[in-house]
Amino acid sequence: MSHAAVRAWFLAHKWSSLICTAFLLMLCVTGLPLIFHDEIDALSGDTPSAATGLASSQDHPGLKPLDVMLAKALAAKPGSVPLFMAFDNAGPLMTITTGPSPGAAEKDMTLQIFNRATGEVAGAAEEGGVMHFILQLHVDMFLGLPGMFFLGAMGFLFIVALVSGVVLYAPFMRRLAFGTLRTSRSKRLKWLDYHNLLGVVALAWASVVGLTGVINTLGTPIIQLWQMRELAEMTRLYAGKAALPPERYGSLDAAMAEVRRVRPGNNPQFIAFPGGNFSSKHHYAVFLQGDTPLTEHLLTPALVDAETGRLTDVRTLPWYAQALLLSRPLHFGDYGALPLKILWALLDIVTIVILVTGLYLWIGKRRTTVAAHVREVETGGEAAAAL
Amino acid sequence: MRRPRQSLRRVFAVPAAVAIFSIVGLVAALTGDGWRDALSWAALAVPPAAIIWAMKARTT
Repeated sequence: MSHAAVRAWFLAHKWSSLICTAFLLMLCVTGLPLIFHDEIDALSGDTPSAATGLASSQDHPGLKPLDVMLAKALAAKPGSVPLFMAFDNAGPLMTITTGPSPGAAEKDMTLQIFNRATGEVAGAAEEGGVMHFILQLHVDMFLGLPGMFFLGAMGFLFIVALVSGVVLYAPFMRRLAFGTLRTSRSKRLKWLDYHNLLGVVALAWASVVGLTGVINTLGTPIIQLWQMRELAEMTRLYAGKAALPPERYGSLDAAMAEVRRVRPGNNPQFIAFPGGNFSSKHHYAVFLQGDTPLTEHLLTPALVDAETGRLTDVRTLPWYAQALLLSRPLHFGDYGALPLKILWALLDIVTIVILVTGLYLWIGKRRTTVAAHVREVETGGEAAAAL
Repeated sequence: MRRPRQSLRRVFAVPAAVAIFSIVGLVAALTGDGWRDALSWAALAVPPAAIIWAMKARTT
């Protein structure tokens, strides 16, 4: 690699890292407890203990009808309308989200948790608490959509830093064996070697978690794009019709039976009611999960006319929405039981060390010329960046 | 530890292997439970294991 090329990649690495480091540190630190949020929630008793038994997403005589469950949720919140109903594959718990109107904003929504086997209330979602604070900080720093996009941009810079870091790894390691850690010569050389080793070893994991994090920040526009394009096309016969008022919503169980008739074997992950971001103004959108572990994450919306209970269309989600759905588990690390979460946490800590050593390497020699830094890279750290 | 210049292939041999293990680990648990989870844990343990190995065997 030429001097000019090393110099350009060095500058790309330096600036992309410098801009995103503070935010990435925040994301890594807040992400650490979030990996274990299920375990922490269970310990602190914030959520009802996961009742075992029949899965609420199933169709089984031992489970209460959806209409009954919905009536209970609405009775607890008089004057409100249904927005979402979500199911579990592990137990009988389900959630019902209601709000003042069909297009209600997220802050006006109420989430109730029910046990579909007993029909009893199992709890209400706590909106406060430390974990909720950490989650908001991690997702958008309490700044809503702009905050989310900003963190997405930081994630993009993190990916630029990873790529440029790998490129610089090549000239740096030309005369060094993999894993070389020269810990006894100078502090700078020691941390430089650690930065290189940890960076290249965590590369694949950090790229996947970084990229899926960026995709997650684009969730809102991705859903809107799907609604504008695919959903509008699926429901084009309804275009221009006035929104269906909630008092004319028909039976959910009849709608679900219709969906199960067309797609036997597929259970719903959630149902979106008319008027929200996930449906049209006239449909129950039943988001079906696949029947294998991999396709379980990939949803297929079935649109049922909310008034008549007749199926309008079933169509798999477009690639960009599938990418969003797969980005969730791949970012959260919650799909392979506790050992995977522990590995996720270890790699998260490795990433924190990469960020801190990178910062140390910059602070230590920030008045040094770029040429000296380039020389340091090209000699594998032998020629220390002179002051 | 002055060594002759290595080829790019040589420089990236171990990092590429670690990356492949990482990807296998990331994908395996996504495709199912049971042995796929176990494969995922084993494969994704390779990056931390490589660090520990270097700290033991390559520290000078």
